[in-house]
Amino acid sequence: MYRFEYYRPTSVAEAVSLLREKGEGGKILAGGTDLIPQMKERGRHPKYIVSLSLVNELRGISEDGGGLKIGAGTLMAHVADNHVVKERFNVLAQGAELIGSFQTMNLATVGGNVCNAAPSADAVPAFIVMDAEVTITGPDGSRTMPLWQVFEGPGRTALKSDEILTSVSIPTPASRSAGIYIRHCPRKELDIAIAGVGSYIGLDDNGSINHARVCLCAVAPVPLRATKTEEFLVGKKPSEEVYEQAGQIAAEEARPITDMRGSAEFRRVLVKVLTIRTLNQAVDKIGLKTTR
Amino acid sequence: MAKQSFKLMVNSSEYEVFTEPNRPLLDVVREDLGLTGSKEGCGTGDCGACTMLLDGAPVTSCLVLVGEAENRDIITVEGIAKNGQLHPVQAAFVEFGALQCGFCIPGMIVSSVALLDRNPHPTEEEIRYGIAGNLCRCTGYTKIVEAIQAASSRM
Repeated sequence: MYRFEYYRPTSVAEAVSLLREKGEGGKILAGGTDLIPQMKERGRHPKYIVSLSLVNELRGISEDGGGLKIGAGTLMAHVADNHVVKERFNVLAQGAELIGSFQTMNLATVGGNVCNAAPSADAVPAFIVMDAEVTITGPDGSRTMPLWQVFEGPGRTALKSDEILTSVSIPTPASRSAGIYIRHCPRKELDIAIAGVGSYIGLDDNGSINHARVCLCAVAPVPLRATKTEEFLVGKKPSEEVYEQAGQIAAEEARPITDMRGSAEFRRVLVKVLTIRTLNQAVDKIGLKTTR
Repeated sequence: MAKQSFKLMVNSSEYEVFTEPNRPLLDVVREDLGLTGSKEGCGTGDCGACTMLLDGAPVTSCLVLVGEAENRDIITVEGIAKNGQLHPVQAAFVEFGALQCGFCIPGMIVSSVALLDRNPHPTEEEIRYGIAGNLCRCTGYTKIVEAIQAASSRM
């Protein structure tokens, strides 16, 4: 690997102050599961690296009223294993479990998956459909924004060069709601999604959809909120026909490219199928929850 | 690039290495500590041949810069047998003939041990999922899975 200056701050304040002082050309190192392969094989050569390995304040999952707060430095393995996540925010575990293999999950962090900003980031759609908000901290203070707005293009986020993502917050889910994330890829593990869909559905007392969030993975330059699909779903009663129509709208909202993993046409088909499946499973899950 | 001093705790022994910070843990363990059990198969975290335990969790050590592993508990394949006694997983791999060329095996052993620590009686599906990060080009995994099942029933 090329040479770089290597810093290991012990706090967020120290980390962002280093970023400001050293200026452009640096990279944050969290788990390294994206950065190190990029440095070894894909021509990424940062002048300096700020490791977050000693910034303990970035790690941890805690309940926040009925919501959840996850430090950006938290390992995917910990998100996938966490009892509260599995119980009440299960779709986050579904996304986290898909990251690479166990070895990857034991290094990769939530913040890293977001900030690497791959259109195919598997943990992201689940967080988006749970209405996640992120906290971004720089030397001048912190700001928050909805997660889905962080992504600006493949590999690009709204973070300035002296800011780091510090935490992700998820609000209390609606009482009759569920989220599901399904991706399609040739191998079960250690692979990149050809397409993925995350859906979150909430039902009112009459059984009509009152909350709908759908996020598409790997079919646009960024993780894509399928807003027309969401608008279509709200107010409808769940049925095979509703899912079918929603799937069709989502397939049309997708903006896939053709690449070595699949053609744009195939990806649109996948979006339709996965939207139908995730909606179906989400509504079933709500049914299972309420009959218990 | 200036060399730095790093303290590494490997297989319950403390080492101090003086080296460039851009070296992966895998390289330092193999070349500086002489523990050549862990192998480099791909260098990008995709094959698992370099798997080590970091605070008990299996990781691909080719992705871990040496400084990132400082002050953490590292176990390599050399640390799996205790007092000259093979771990039940190792003994089962031998008994079942779960290896051919052997290159993936150190990483496979480390992942399997970690799997059984986490889940002492896994189903076949859980075993295959547990070793999904360790690629084998020779065996087709059948005897590896059988060996892990046997080890789990004996532990």
